[in-house]
Amino acid sequence: MTGTTVTNSQLSGLQDPLVIDGVPLASRLIMGTGGAPSLDGLGAALLASGTSLTTVAMRRYSPDEAGSLFQLLVDHGIRVLPNTAGCFTARDAVLTAELAREALETDWVKLEVIADEHTLLPDAVELVDATEQLVNRGFKVFAYTNDDPVLALRLENLGATAVMPLGSPIGTGLGILNPHNIELIVSRASVPVVLDAGIGTASDAALAMELGCDAVLLATAVTRAQNPALMGKAFKHAVIAGRLAKAAGRIPRREHALASSAMEGRAEFL
Amino acid sequence: MNITLNGTGHTVADDASLTALVSEVTGRPLAADGRATDGRKLGVAVARNAQVVPRSLWSATALAEGDDVELVTAVQGG
Repeated sequence: MTGTTVTNSQLSGLQDPLVIDGVPLASRLIMGTGGAPSLDGLGAALLASGTSLTTVAMRRYSPDEAGSLFQLLVDHGIRVLPNTAGCFTARDAVLTAELAREALETDWVKLEVIADEHTLLPDAVELVDATEQLVNRGFKVFAYTNDDPVLALRLENLGATAVMPLGSPIGTGLGILNPHNIELIVSRASVPVVLDAGIGTASDAALAMELGCDAVLLATAVTRAQNPALMGKAFKHAVIAGRLAKAAGRIPRREHALASSAMEGRAEFL
Repeated sequence: MNITLNGTGHTVADDASLTALVSEVTGRPLAADGRATDGRKLGVAVARNAQVVPRSLWSATALAEGDDVELVTAVQGG
């Protein structure tokens, strides 16, 4: 998507799928499912968002709510991306990923190894260890990481399928706190970069795409919005808009104003 | 025979297989390959004593007294 020739597919923003592990994803909005008060509301929000890939967590089976979420995603043709949320060690993350692969029949995993419950920030040491183990076991690792360009490159070199730097801590809605680091990660990555966590509203997602991210992953911003389905739709358009703006090439920032109307030929009033 | 299932005590028949346990808890009849006979996806996985047991091995895996079994499925999450 470089150069000045704009194709119809670019203008529609729909024919430019993100290809991960050989799988084309029509939408560049990856949704999470956490925080939704009801399954019906969640289904409506997911449909409105147009997402093709959606995360789930792995938890103990409870007969009351069994299978319903997985079935909902299957019914809507949305691919499942299991995560390792809640894991504090590489050992737990690897076990959880193995369970997810077995339960959901996918070797894709969103690897999340957090340091503590207060910040929910990734533990870089455990994350690197888990990435290496999972890649060796044949997983396609979507590594949730700090917005650290050095760490992101290390994860890619270990074989991560995608790197997913945070904009800000999970659930904060603070947006992208270090756009420069995100740009740096994008500029050096040769695997897809997914902005994950911290998104608050549609403009944050558009900014992520303008910075060059390949996709955006969010949950809370939609599931806890006052109108989740409407917000899902807003994000659908924001991701497309941001990607188009990146392709279009923004104007440089200037210190002083630049008139867009010519000064010559003005009428003179005596 | 007593085992621990998802952190709480659970009683199963002596030499019950993992297939029997999963079928009992989920209420879904299972074939020998560990798949639901109704053709829909089962969507669960089992770890026995901190080792994941592939569904294809459930029927050949007999539970033992004191086994610690985790039975998990997909739920809402980031």
